[in-house]
Amino acid sequence: MSFLSEALWVLLLGSLLGLELIGKVPPTLHTPLMSGANAISGITMLAALTLIIKAGNNTPLLAMGAVALGFALFNVIGGFLVTDRMLAMFSRKSARRKDNH
Amino acid sequence: MNIAEILKFAIDLVAVLLLALGIKGLSKVRSAREANRLAAVAMALAAVGLIVNYLGTSGISAEAWIWIIFGTVVGGCLGAITAQRVPMTSMPETVALFNGCGGMSSLLVALGVAIFPTGAGAVEAGSAVVEDISIVVSVFVGSITFTGSIVAMAKLQGWLSTPPWMQSNVRHAVNIALAVMSLVAAIELGRHGDNVSALWLLVIGSGLLGIGVTLPIGGADMPVVISLLNSYSGVAAAAAGFVVGSQLLIVAGAMVGAAGLILTQVMCNGMNRSLVSVLFGGALGASAASGGGGEYKNITSCSAEECALTLEAAERVVIVPGYGLAVAQAQHTLREVTRVLEAGGIEVTYAIHPVAGRMPGHMNVLLAEADVPYEQLKEMDVINPEFPATDVVLVLGANDVVNPQAKTDTTSPLYGMPVLDVQEARTVFVVKRGMSAGYSGIKNDLFELANTSMVFGDAKKVLGDLLVELKELGIGKKG
Repeated sequence: MSFLSEALWVLLLGSLLGLELIGKVPPTLHTPLMSGANAISGITMLAALTLIIKAGNNTPLLAMGAVALGFALFNVIGGFLVTDRMLAMFSRKSARRKDNH
Repeated sequence: MNIAEILKFAIDLVAVLLLALGIKGLSKVRSAREANRLAAVAMALAAVGLIVNYLGTSGISAEAWIWIIFGTVVGGCLGAITAQRVPMTSMPETVALFNGCGGMSSLLVALGVAIFPTGAGAVEAGSAVVEDISIVVSVFVGSITFTGSIVAMAKLQGWLSTPPWMQSNVRHAVNIALAVMSLVAAIELGRHGDNVSALWLLVIGSGLLGIGVTLPIGGADMPVVISLLNSYSGVAAAAAGFVVGSQLLIVAGAMVGAAGLILTQVMCNGMNRSLVSVLFGGALGASAASGGGGEYKNITSCSAEECALTLEAAERVVIVPGYGLAVAQAQHTLREVTRVLEAGGIEVTYAIHPVAGRMPGHMNVLLAEADVPYEQLKEMDVINPEFPATDVVLVLGANDVVNPQAKTDTTSPLYGMPVLDVQEARTVFVVKRGMSAGYSGIKNDLFELANTSMVFGDAKKVLGDLLVELKELGIGKKG
């Protein structure tokens, strides 16, 4: 039971942390924040990696893990890049403002 | 614990810390971009930690490496290409697509462990019950997240519309039946984890449930649903963490799940709707057709030329952007128009309703792309007291967020939703393609007011015409 009880504590504390972390967000950042958080949810790539590594020589399982890994990385890489694209627009603006003043 | 395990443990701790700092940093304009990179680094670290751990313990076979590289290259490249190619106007759809794929990944992992029990199961958990329960949760949530997100994307893209029977109450019966079917399959799986037909029943039941719940939801409510599904994909990741016995997955999934819930709540507040009514009330339009609907009377319409003449004489102009602006990709043309106005000494600001567009912050992103200075964007609470002192309001493809019914008509389904008080301004121009209703399907009283004129046409075309007219009038040119 030790993994389960530890894991449940982790679940609880992680949830509380998530609730606290983004208490106040300016509306400007809602879309980038959603997109960034979405990229982080692609952390299931770790589960997919584990699946592949522990699959041994079970080819269907290996293939399944690889597809899962592909989906997760699509989410992670795409998510972070698209978030960066959005945020680049804001930071370019503030950089130019500094030049003007 | 050998050295590889200790190293992995240390890396995991750092990764969790960086992820938390990343989410926190993403909530401030100044630090958002660095925070996003920090989170990306944390994810890479976590993957490295996992690989180091296995290299130092059981080892990684050559065959496994091939599949890992295959999955990484294909998924990563497709993700990178999509992220670069997709236009800023279709951000909500893109987030939905990425989100659906995350859900699919959790689903596949759980299926893999369930179908091939000798594989990667929660060995550390040492309990078949924990494994079965977490597989059920992971399959259920992952499946709903996947189908729900894909439906949301297809609806926003206009590839899919709601069939009439989905708007009636029949859908509740269908959804309840699907939920019961999933529940029965889940209970059966809890008792006999190796029952493959129950597993497929669960996959199909929850997948159809995702479609059944998302399909009837109207366009205006879609951002809330995407945000909620984003939260679900966090839950699915956490469940996958239980399946493979990874605390890092659990903590990251839980953080995203909770953060997604908060964001969903913020969006609901902005629209004065409860999450329950969004999910189970169906499209607002269905109930509104009888109440707030009706024919329009006394509509005044005018040409771009007349609009230009009024703008020329104005001192203060407020732009109200909406989804129509995004659809028409007119943000750059709008910026040219406002540059001309500013050159003519006219004060221009932009009124941003919290849920304008299809997502909170959608308009900010769009206008930032067109180089609109950040400080000219005013939030609703700031701009509302300024409307009486405004000469001209230009509403571009926004509808429900400027409907005065929300304040005046207690029987309106919109009643109580915070709106922009554009009718307080001297003159209001509404640029719109036709007299069709907004996403809520509710008639807009603003259009009938004496100080409102409609300028019919696609936002980009009207703004283009406006630009030509303004230049002909010689605004902004010295002498």
